[in-house]
Amino acid sequence: MEVNAEARRILAVSISKLYASRTQRGGLRLHRSLLVSLVMRSARDIYHASRESEAPGAPTPQEPMDSSPSSEEQKQLPPQEAEPAQTEPQCALSPAPQTAVEAEECACDSEITEDKENMSPAARQSRKRRSKASAAPDFLPSKRARLEPGEERYAAPLGSCRVGASCITSCLFPHNSACCASL
Amino acid sequence: MAGSSDGNDEVQWCFSQVKGTIDDDIAEADIISTVEFNHSGELLATGDKGGRVVIFQQKPESKNLPQRRGEYNVYSTFQSHEPEFDYLKSLEIEEKINKIRWLPQKNAAHFLLSTNDKTIKLWKISERDKRPEGYNLKEEDGRYRNASSVTSLRVPVFKPMDLMVEASPRRVFANAHTYHINSISVNSDCETYLSADDLRVNLWHWEINDRSFNIVDIKPDNMEDLTEVITAAEFHPNQCNTFVYSSSKGTIRMCDMRTSALCDNHAKLFEEPEDPNNRSFFSEIISSISDVKFSHSGRYIMTRDYLSVKIWDLNMESRPVETYQVHDYFRSKLCSLYENDCIFDKFECCWNGNDSVVMTGSYNNFFRMFDRGYRQDVILEASRDNCKPRSVLKPRKVSSGGKRKKDEISVDSLDFNKKILHTAWHPLDNIIAVATTNNLYIFQDKVN
Repeated sequence: MEVNAEARRILAVSISKLYASRTQRGGLRLHRSLLVSLVMRSARDIYHASRESEAPGAPTPQEPMDSSPSSEEQKQLPPQEAEPAQTEPQCALSPAPQTAVEAEECACDSEITEDKENMSPAARQSRKRRSKASAAPDFLPSKRARLEPGEERYAAPLGSCRVGASCITSCLFPHNSACCASL
Repeated sequence: MAGSSDGNDEVQWCFSQVKGTIDDDIAEADIISTVEFNHSGELLATGDKGGRVVIFQQKPESKNLPQRRGEYNVYSTFQSHEPEFDYLKSLEIEEKINKIRWLPQKNAAHFLLSTNDKTIKLWKISERDKRPEGYNLKEEDGRYRNASSVTSLRVPVFKPMDLMVEASPRRVFANAHTYHINSISVNSDCETYLSADDLRVNLWHWEINDRSFNIVDIKPDNMEDLTEVITAAEFHPNQCNTFVYSSSKGTIRMCDMRTSALCDNHAKLFEEPEDPNNRSFFSEIISSISDVKFSHSGRYIMTRDYLSVKIWDLNMESRPVETYQVHDYFRSKLCSLYENDCIFDKFECCWNGNDSVVMTGSYNNFFRMFDRGYRQDVILEASRDNCKPRSVLKPRKVSSGGKRKKDEISVDSLDFNKKILHTAWHPLDNIIAVATTNNLYIFQDKVN
């Protein structure tokens, strides 16, 4: 549970950093944005892995969310490049302020969110975004995160140790699809 | 672990000078962003966030006190870069000086390269101590005389004047980088230099500013596939065909320009397998290399990542030959350091003149030296409390555990706003320049 909260908090912090970096002087820093997005992916993977191990009986969704959020992040990274796909970054930019706010809210609503998750798996599936790439990029860390000292790892069944792309749940903040879109 | 101050063969560091204001209220423009000695060590250049370059010159040793080394005094100050605006991309270009590199000296004038995020400039710093006097058509103040009032002719002569140091921009190397320039490095061929941004490395000739050759390009066709960026690059100190560049993934690639025009395929790849026990959310960030420096001999490369300094032998790619933990007590605090952005700080590192000691900065205005031969290391502090001339710096100790001994500083009381990112070591002598946020400290070893 603490891993969940930690991962969610890190995600919230990362999203706000990405958003803040767009307004800083000197333009978007590619290196820093890349590092923040890598942390976000790690946190998201850990979060999904924890969620999966919490509710092993829940049906796994078919479509992973990994590639599309990462592609959204990457598109946000180099706005200074004169890329032909100018419209996509702009679309990604607008839900981001909402996301930063909602991310903070989500962190507080952990209990309620998870109950909703367990009660309506069908509803959760319908909010999934379809993405083209179904396999996780090979640079995603597949290992579990090392916990900070003092944290306990949630006791997970052995079978859920390795979480492949197909098992990852689709939406991190299932009660608000706008969040998902911008991730 | 700290080196003690006894023993004749150990260096004792003493305060020499401090430059900059004592003000607690630090103006952002005064934040030092780069420090570099020239090849003789006589000149010390600093760049700041306001785009200015200040050059200090060492006074010759006085005959009265031959044991004491000369002090560094301001030699020249000039505005190198101004803030600019890229109208096409609606982006402001910061004037902060990212790097200064000196060119080898060929004549009486000194040349240096200074760069901000987008533009590199070649500056000539020259002295003027004579001026012509006795013009026929001009008054001494420069006003033109009435030609009809000239009744006799004289030959103008050079008369001595007060020393004036002039800095003039000789070349401006612009419009070659889409991303932010992080490094420049002068080649040993005394003709070319490289500049590196997040995704590309360009090769320039000092004399030619309207074009450069791209020698490394790691930009993927689809930016969504981006996994690493270039963080630093440097030429080999004596092989003019060899250079290295480090990446955000903790790898170093060595390239040979003789193999092909585009050096995308490395000649060597230096990479250490990750320790699975240390895996965390922030593993990628802390393995990103912030600085890479060749040893003076050219045999070794030193890299700095967030928590450690590693020394690599050019002949062995599989792992570093030495690893020094700079401030491992922060490993358990990475989450807080991520939140306060300190985890993104880019620390530099440097070698001493004979490659026996390496130095790098840390937080709380601490800096560390690692003696490779004696396997000793020391933590020192750059602080206004220690400013008596020639006072010996006392080694500091940090306690990470519960029990704090006397004289130890607890990890929790370390100030993250006081960081030493930039340090430089005199190429020939035991003199070091350490930059805190807006002050430059000069320390020398104790001469008995």
